[in-house]
Amino acid sequence: MYVSVKGGEQAISNAHAWLAEARRGDAALPELSVEQVEQQLTLAVDRVMAEGACADRGLAALAVKQSRGDLIEAAFLLRAYRTTLPRFGGSLPLDTGAMRLQRRISATYKDLPGGQLLGPTFDYTHRLLEFSLAAAGEAPPPAPEMEPEEPGPPPRVTALLAQEGLMAAEPEGDDDTPPPDLTRDPLSCPASRALRLQVLARGDEGFLLGLGYSTQRGYGNNHPFVGEVRMGEASVEVVPPELGFAIDIGDITLTECQMVNQFKGSLTEPPQFTRGYGLVFGHNERKAMAMALVDRALRGAELGEDGGAPAQDEEFVLYHCDNVEATGFVEHLKLPHHVDFQSELENVRAMRAAQQ
Amino acid sequence: MPEAPSPASLSTPDLTADRQSWLAILARADAATIAARLDGPLPEFARLRGPETGLVMIRGRQGGDGAAFNLGETTVTRCSVRLAEGGVGHAWRLGRDARAAELSAVLDAALQDPARRPALMRAVIAPLAAAQAEAVAQQARRAAATRVKFFTMAAMR
Repeated sequence: MYVSVKGGEQAISNAHAWLAEARRGDAALPELSVEQVEQQLTLAVDRVMAEGACADRGLAALAVKQSRGDLIEAAFLLRAYRTTLPRFGGSLPLDTGAMRLQRRISATYKDLPGGQLLGPTFDYTHRLLEFSLAAAGEAPPPAPEMEPEEPGPPPRVTALLAQEGLMAAEPEGDDDTPPPDLTRDPLSCPASRALRLQVLARGDEGFLLGLGYSTQRGYGNNHPFVGEVRMGEASVEVVPPELGFAIDIGDITLTECQMVNQFKGSLTEPPQFTRGYGLVFGHNERKAMAMALVDRALRGAELGEDGGAPAQDEEFVLYHCDNVEATGFVEHLKLPHHVDFQSELENVRAMRAAQQ
Repeated sequence: MPEAPSPASLSTPDLTADRQSWLAILARADAATIAARLDGPLPEFARLRGPETGLVMIRGRQGGDGAAFNLGETTVTRCSVRLAEGGVGHAWRLGRDARAAELSAVLDAALQDPARRPALMRAVIAPLAAAQAEAVAQQARRAAATRVKFFTMAAMR
C-alpha cells in the first residue's frame, strides 16, 4: 500500500530554481533557442515526436530544451501537452507510396526503378569526430543537385515482388471503420496488428532496437532483408465535416521500412515473402527498421511459426515498450515509500525475532 | 433521398477541385509569406469558429498498402469565417499558426467569389504554388544527386 506524504514545498521550489539555473548552464554563453534545437538537433526532435506520439517540431524542440536533452522526459512533456488539446478527428490513411523522397534504399535489388537515393545519411561516414564543428564556421556549401532521371515517386519494392506473386498481400481494411486507438481505449491483448503498430510506432527506440537485434541473433529469427527504406514527405489529408471533401493540410516527414521475410508457406498459402512494417515520424531509420523487425516477429503466431522468443511475445513487447509508462513505474520507486518500508521493517524484525 | 440542389448551387459551378488546390497551397505557407503576397486589404469578415488548435490522429496503412492503423497525432489549426459581403471560407493546416489559418479561411471565402478570384489567384496562389513546386523540385534534384549508380561504376573500369 502506498501512503502519500505532504510538505516540503520550499525545498521543492528551491530544487526547481536550481534546475532552471542548471538548465541554462554558463550564463556567459549564448542561450540555446528553440529554433536552434529544431533546426540543428533535428533527429532528437524527430525522436521526441515519435515517442511523444505527437508530430509538432516546435513543441518537440521546446520539450528537448526544457528537459535539458533528456529525450524520454521530453516525450513525456509532449504526451502531457497533447492531453490539453481537443481531437479534431482522424486523417485519411497516408499514401507513403507517393512520398516525395529524400532517401530511398533497397538491400534486395541493386538496380531498381527509381534507383537508390542516399539522401542526407550518416551511412558511409567514417565516424571520425569532426573537430571543425567545434569551432563556429561558415555555413556549409549547398548540396549538389542533378536533374532526376525519372519523374515522380518510384514503385515500391514490395509491389515489384507482388507482381510476381511472391509477396503476401496485406489484408485490406474498411477505411470507414476507425482503427483501434490506444489513446482512447487501454491496451488489451491479444491485440490486432493495427493496435500493435500504433504501440510500436510510439515505443522506445532502444527497447525495440534490442528486441529487433535479438531476432537477428536467433531469438525468433525470421530472415529479414531490407526491401526498402524510404524517408521523405507525405501529404496529410482530412475530410472536414464543414467541407465534405478531402483537403490536403500539409506535409509530414516520415521514415518507412519494408522488411522482407521468407515464409515457407502453409496448407492454404504458397511459399512467399511476408512483410514486417515500420513507419515513424521524422527521419529515424533505426527505429523504423527495429519496428519492422518486431512487427514481423509479432506476426509469427498468425503465420504458424514457432514462438517463445521475447520479440514474439505480444504481451511482453506491447506492455513494456512504452518509455513514458516504463519511466513512470520504474521512477515512482524513488518517491517516498516511508510508511511502506516501515511495515516491511517491522515484518523482517518480527520474523527475525521468531526465528531466534 | 438526396436533397434537391438549391437554386444557388445550380448556378454556382463546382469549385471542389479548385478549393482543394488552393487550400493545399495555403496550408504550406506561413502567415508572413501569405501576408506578403496580399497587395490590398482583405475583405471584412467575422469569425465563425477559431482559429483553434487541436489534434488530428494521423493514420498509416499496414505494410504501406493494407488496412489503416493509427500512427500518432499531429497538431492542426483550423478556422472558419464569413465575409461581410457574404460567402464562407474554411481552412485546416498542420501546426499551430493561427494567423495563417485565419488568413487562409478569409482567402478561401474570397477566392470563391468569381469577381475576386482572378486577382487573388494571380497575386497570392500562383506565386505560392510556384515557390512550393520549386522547393519540391529542388529536393528531388538533391536526392537525384545522391543516387547510387552501379552501372556507371561498371562503365568506369
